[in-house]
Order: sequence, then structure tokens, then C-alpha cells
Amino acid sequence: MSAAAPAGSVATPNHGRRVVIAWLLLSAVATPLVAIYVGPLFPPGNATVQSQGQVFDNQVMTALMTPVICLLAVFFAYGLVKFRAEKNEALLDGPPLRNDAKVQLLWVVITSTMVLFLAGFGTYELLKDGSGGGQGPNPIAFPANHQSAFQVQVIGQQWEFTYRYPSLGLESNQLVLPANTDVEFHVTSLDVIHSFWAVELGVKADANPGVDNVTYVQTKSPTTFHVRCAELCGLWHGYMFNNGEVVSASQFTAWAASAEKIYASIKPYVNRDAPYGLTYLPDPQRRAG
Amino acid sequence: MTLARRLLGFNLLTAIVLGVGGWYAGWFGAHAIVGPSIDYFGNIDYNELSVFLAYLGGVVGFLAGLGFLNYPLARLRGYPPSLREKETQGIGRYFTLCTDHKVVGIQYLWGIGLFFFIGGLNAMLIRTELLTPHNQVFPAGTYLTIVGMHGTMMMGMMTSGILGPFANYLVPIMIGARRMAFPRIEALTFWLLMAAGGILTTTIFFGGFPTGWTGYAPLSNEASAGMDNYILFFALVGISMTLLGVNMLATIVTMRAPGLTWTRLPIFVWGVVSTAVLMVLAAPVLIAVLSMEALDRTAQTTFFVTAGGGSPYLYQNLFWIFGHPEVYILALPGFAIVLELLPVFARKPLWGYRLAVAGLLGVSLLSWFVWQHHLFVSGMNGDLRPFYMLSTELISIPTGFTFLCGMMTLWRGRIRYTVPMLFCLAWFFNFLIGGLSGVFLSDAPSDTTTHGSFFSMAHFHYTIMGGLVFTFFAGIYYWVPKMTGFQLNERLGKIHFWTMFFFFNSTFFPLFIAGFEGQPRRVVTYPSGLQFLNDWVSISAFCLGISMLVFLFNLVWSLAFVKKPAEANPWGSRSIEFQLPSPVPVHNFDRLPVFTSDPYGYGEGAPPLGGLAPAGAPAGRD
Repeated sequence: MSAAAPAGSVATPNHGRRVVIAWLLLSAVATPLVAIYVGPLFPPGNATVQSQGQVFDNQVMTALMTPVICLLAVFFAYGLVKFRAEKNEALLDGPPLRNDAKVQLLWVVITSTMVLFLAGFGTYELLKDGSGGGQGPNPIAFPANHQSAFQVQVIGQQWEFTYRYPSLGLESNQLVLPANTDVEFHVTSLDVIHSFWAVELGVKADANPGVDNVTYVQTKSPTTFHVRCAELCGLWHGYMFNNGEVVSASQFTAWAASAEKIYASIKPYVNRDAPYGLTYLPDPQRRAG
Repeated sequence: MTLARRLLGFNLLTAIVLGVGGWYAGWFGAHAIVGPSIDYFGNIDYNELSVFLAYLGGVVGFLAGLGFLNYPLARLRGYPPSLREKETQGIGRYFTLCTDHKVVGIQYLWGIGLFFFIGGLNAMLIRTELLTPHNQVFPAGTYLTIVGMHGTMMMGMMTSGILGPFANYLVPIMIGARRMAFPRIEALTFWLLMAAGGILTTTIFFGGFPTGWTGYAPLSNEASAGMDNYILFFALVGISMTLLGVNMLATIVTMRAPGLTWTRLPIFVWGVVSTAVLMVLAAPVLIAVLSMEALDRTAQTTFFVTAGGGSPYLYQNLFWIFGHPEVYILALPGFAIVLELLPVFARKPLWGYRLAVAGLLGVSLLSWFVWQHHLFVSGMNGDLRPFYMLSTELISIPTGFTFLCGMMTLWRGRIRYTVPMLFCLAWFFNFLIGGLSGVFLSDAPSDTTTHGSFFSMAHFHYTIMGGLVFTFFAGIYYWVPKMTGFQLNERLGKIHFWTMFFFFNSTFFPLFIAGFEGQPRRVVTYPSGLQFLNDWVSISAFCLGISMLVFLFNLVWSLAFVKKPAEANPWGSRSIEFQLPSPVPVHNFDRLPVFTSDPYGYGEGAPPLGGLAPAGAPAGRD
């Protein structure tokens, strides 16, 4: 379009209306598609209640972002073509538009509403069940039946995790969890800061020396998952990982019995009652595995 | 003057000689004081105190060799104050203490460029290691040092990436002054940064450091002596940043020319104000926390050692009180460059000037209240997480102002797709992805998975590389003809832009997926299922590196061989620096300009900054 559009030209088409209509149409189509088809692809998956909550969070946020992306896509696709200068055009100025209070107000209101909604929604999701994140020694967000939760202590050290099951008097270098159970992790470290990341469970909690970092997760059906260290902890940080399993109640009992035999020498040191030991007994050299 | 005479004066060569001398003086001096190592927490390879004192001696020698002691010593001996160092012409002034703000700007450009190049090479080495999860190209310790060097170099050096070259060069011109408020401090900020860069690079002689750019205690307490280089590097960068910020604020507040009210200030200068405030207030926290870490490592205090009553949380909190404003120190100058350049190439006034200023200052203010989102899963007080979630997401409101003002400036313009404009437009794309991915990280439930993963790594590369480095190049293509007097090749510039833009996205977008799939940051290996993704990223990263070589070739070719003189105003800009000859003469203005409007009066029919050098204007200071 070569209408040079000097300021106040009557022939100027209503660019604004075009962009807004295109945006609304595109958003109306794209948002449900993204919410329905892209949303469920988000990690960490549906292994636990908490990981499902995170997937739902991601789904909602992505759906909310889609109109934003659509607006910029439409704006730039339209604007960069429509408002480009002709090739080898002499320096021509555009109309001297300096401000529009209505546009500003509309923008501020819309962005603020979205932001406040996101913060409120995130807070609600977080407080509902803790979302699997480490909450320190005094957690504030629990699943419903957290008093009866199955307790596991996770002890990080350079460069492996050790797992203690106080209710069983058991220690292992393998993380095995019973299915359909509320689990309460107590994460600590013996040396530097590690981070206990059970990827598919949607659990992450930093392991700080001398700190009992609590987090909750509600397992569902049997599955396998990866455990990784997510905080740089020195030389072999990249190799600080292993696999875990969620198994049925009967399999769990069987596993516990076999593990108890293997780690019998550790048994006297595994504290059956909280508070959790934040240093390691016996000697770190004799830990399980 | 003969060559020998020139080499003997106060210059970079003398500085290096004295620096090495100072280093050894400190090294042996410290050994004479404390003898063997007093380390009983960490390893005992080195006498930590001697490493610190050696480098401090080296820095003092380096600065003395450049001539920084001449003025204070002369004043102590009772000589009268001389306002400026000896004026020199020619190449020599770039290798010594020079108080001309334009020389310092160009020094910064090359100095920062050098370390940006080293940091980039480190990135190439990281991606080489990650080509395969099985075979180790580098030993694990070397790999961590490379990762740490890359991060620290980029996060430390590039804090001054835009303020160093462009603000030093342009702010005095844009506000109609002939110099900065503190010219000698201005030179000091640059040479401190160079000394710091040398210190960080030589960490490889002391075993490197394993902590990445965050330097978390207690891992840093047990690290070998290379950790001391990290501490000294970042502390010197902190000092340099503080001084730079003070200097910028003092200059902008006190030295504006007649008529240049706050609402006529170019938006770039507002960006410098908002950044300088962060520098002045945030960098001292960094210096403090690193001093504590240095004491932990030398005097065996236990600020961050749990066993001694300290707390690693203290380090994390203090570091991120600095660290989050720090990432806006990187991002805000980018916002400002985008808003400064869009009016020129859209041929329209900057839309919503006050809203744009509010956006810059709003980000600057809010960036103080978000730091604990870096500690969401650390076991911080759980009650605080909703607050930090809210404050973090609030930042997107003032950031949105920048988007709105930029987009409305383009609206109905006559857009010209020059190389600097392309880099500015890419900012919208990159920062949109960077910002929206940040929403996942700010949302505490979603952050449980993305925290500390490649997702967050991809996020901050989109915001910092996509936000800072792209606008850094926009600034180079836009202002280097003005600074050097020579044009850059436009065709090579466009090749550089398109390859960089394509391979930047091809490098970093897949990393979001790698993070979601469970790849933590800073790992030397990863699950073999992620190899395709990582190989894709590595190959893209190498191509991204090659696109930087296109730029380097363009720079050297255009400036050293073709030498096509630049016009005074190649872009048809109304900004005042383009009303001056290229390169800008030593004293900037014959007479101080008088401002009657902001520089964005496109389409309003006024002559471009008609107030420049009117008859009868005050002769001005200096």
C-alpha cells in the first residue's frame, strides 16, 4: 500500500480494527487448540498428584500465553509488512503519534489482570498440596492426610543419594516407594548443597547441610522414575543420578524385607522417630551401598 | 618520540610488567607472613592468603603502571590540581589511562569484546563436551571450570557490555556535556574490569573453580585456589560497576545542558539511569558477600559453614539480592537501546515517553523484591513463596510497558530494515520467549520441575543473550560508524544478523525441552535419550559461533581495510550525536548545545535539534 499516510490522512484504513479482529479470531482458534492438544504434553507427567498439578499449571499458563503470542504475531506480521518503507524511498516520516491514554490504560489493565490472576492461581495450586517443592523444616502446604504420610529421609552427599525409611528401620541406596501413598520426604545433605530431583514425580528439594527440607508427594500407580541432583555440587555432579520405582504394596513389603537383610548392619543407626538426624551415623564411609 | 620512549611511559606494557611484579611481591610477602597454609576446612594445596595478596599486589601494580597513582601522588606532594591527563592523539591513548570519555568508550568496546569472545569460546567447549553423554572430551573438573568461566565471564564482564562502550561514549554527548563527572574514575572502571578479566582467566593455573558463576558456599569453601580468582574477579567487577554507576548518575544529574529537562532526555539515558541505580545499590552487596567468602577461605571464619554456626542460606540470599538486580543490569540497557533506535528507523516519535520511563524505572525498582524465587525449592520459609511469586510476576507489567511503547512506535511508521533495526526487532521475538518462559519459572508449582534445569538455562539465555547481546549488536551497527568514523559493511551485517538470529533460536529453544525432560544444569553427562536434542543444540551452537566470526570479520575488514568514511548522520537520526561529525571531535561541542525538545520529533516538522551550538550559548564548563 503506497498511500504515504501523512498525519491525519482521511484515506488511512483502520489498521487498528484489522489487527484486533485478526487477533481475536486467531486467539479464539489457537487458545483451545493449545490448551487441549499441547497442554497435556507438558512434563512431568501424571505419576503423582503433584506432578499432575504441575502439568495442569503449565496447561493453564500456556493457554493464557497463547493470546499474548497471537497478539504479537498478528501485530508484527501486519505491521512489518504494512508499515515498511518503500525500497530506496527518501527519508519520509510517519505520523507523529506520541501517546494514546486509552491504549495505555487498556494495556495496563489487561496485563495487570493477567498477572494477578496468574499469581493467585499459582498460590492456590501451591497451597493445595505443596506442589512437590521443598518447603524447609516447617512446611505450610500439605496433602490432606499428611499426618499419616509414609516418611523417607533423603541424604545427599558428594556424589550420591542415600534413602532412609525410619518406619521400617531401613536404609538403602535405592528409592522405592509404595503406590497410592502419601510420602513425606525429609531432604538433607552431609557436605555441600545438593538438590533432590525426582523428575517424573514432580519433586524437587534442595539438600542443605544441617537443614531438614520437607516435601510431600502422593504416588499413584506403579511406575519408574529418575532421580537427579539439580544443584551443582562439585566434580561428579553430572553423575549424581539413579533410578527409582513406585511399586504395589505387596511388592514394596517384599523389597523392604530383602533390603533389610542387605543393610542389616546399618539398622541400629536408623532413627525410628523424628527428629531426623542431620548428620550421618554411623560413619559416612559405611553408608548403604 | 621514538618507539622506545613511548614504550617506557605509563601504558599497558608498563602496567603488565608492574602487575606481574606486584603479583610476586604479594605472593612472597604473604608467605613470609603466614608461612604454610592455614586452611583447615578445604584443601591444602595453596596458601589462600598468598593467592589473594598476590593478585591484590598485581592489581595495584597494574593500575600504577597505567598511571593511576600519578595524580593522587602529585596532589599529596602539594602540586596544584590538573583537571585532565596529558592529551594524546593516535593509537597510544587507547593503551593507557585516558580521561576522554570517547576513548574510554572505545576501550570498553574492544576490551569487553575480547572477553565476550573468550566467554563464547568457553560456550563452544561446553557444547563440544555435550555432543555425547558417554565419552569425556574434558575431565570433569576442567569441564566445570569451563562452565564457570563461561558463566562468570558473561555475567561479570557483560554487566558493562552496553553501559561500558555506549553509555561512556554517548551519555556526555547526549546530555550536551564534554566529559563525565569523574573522568579519572571513568578510566579506572575500565582498567579494573580488564584486571578482573585477567584474574579470572588465570584461574586455570590454580585448578579452576567448580561452582559455576553463582559460587555457592559451602562448595566454594572446599574448592581449590582457583576459587580465589573467582572471588577477586567478581569483587573487582563489583567495584567497577559501583564506580561506573556513581559516575553515570552524577553526570546525568548534574551536567545536562541548558534546556535538557528530564522529559527531554533521550530514552537511552533514562535506561542508563535505571541501570546505574541498580549498579550503585546492588554491586556493594556482591562485594560484601565475596569478602565474607574470602574471609571464610583465608581467616577461617564460618559465615557460610553450618558446622561453625554459619548458613549457606546467608550466601544464597546475599548473592541473589545482588544477583537478581544484576540480571536487570544486563537487560535494562537492552530495553533502552530498542526504544532509542525504533523511532529512528520507524520515522516516528517514541510513543508513550513517560510510560517507557515508568517501565524502565519500574523494572529497576521491582527487581529488588524478587530474589527469593531463586530459592523456591531451597527450603526457604514456605510462607514467603506466594509473595515472591507475585512480585516476580509483577515485573512483567513494567516490562510490558516497554513492549507497548516499542510496538506503538512501529505503528503506522515508515519502517526501514537496516541492520541495527533487525537486531532491535529480534529483541521483541527473543524477549517474548524469554519473558513467557519466565512465567513458568516464577510460578512456584511449575518451578518445582523447571528449577535448576536446562529450562531455566534456556530462559536466561533468551533474556540475556536475546535481550542484551542482540541489542549490543544493534548498538554496534548503529553507533560504531559514529565512534570510529568508518562504515560497517551492510551485507555482512545482514548475513551476521540472520545467521545469528536463526542459530540462536535453534540453539536455545530445544533446551527448554531438555530441561522439561529432566536435564539439570551444568552436567557433564545426560541420559542417552537426550543425545539427539543435545547434538542438535551443539551443532546449532557451533553455527552460532561461526555467525560471530562473520561479525568479527566485518568489524576488522570494514575498520582496518576498507575504511569507507561514515557520513555524519547515516541513519537520518534526530539524536544529537548524529548532528556532530564522525568521529566526534575531542571536545564534542564548540559551544554547549541548548535543548528545546526531545530527539524524537519525527514528522513534526521541526529542524533536527535546532538548538545545537546557537550563537550566544554559554561556553560551558571544562
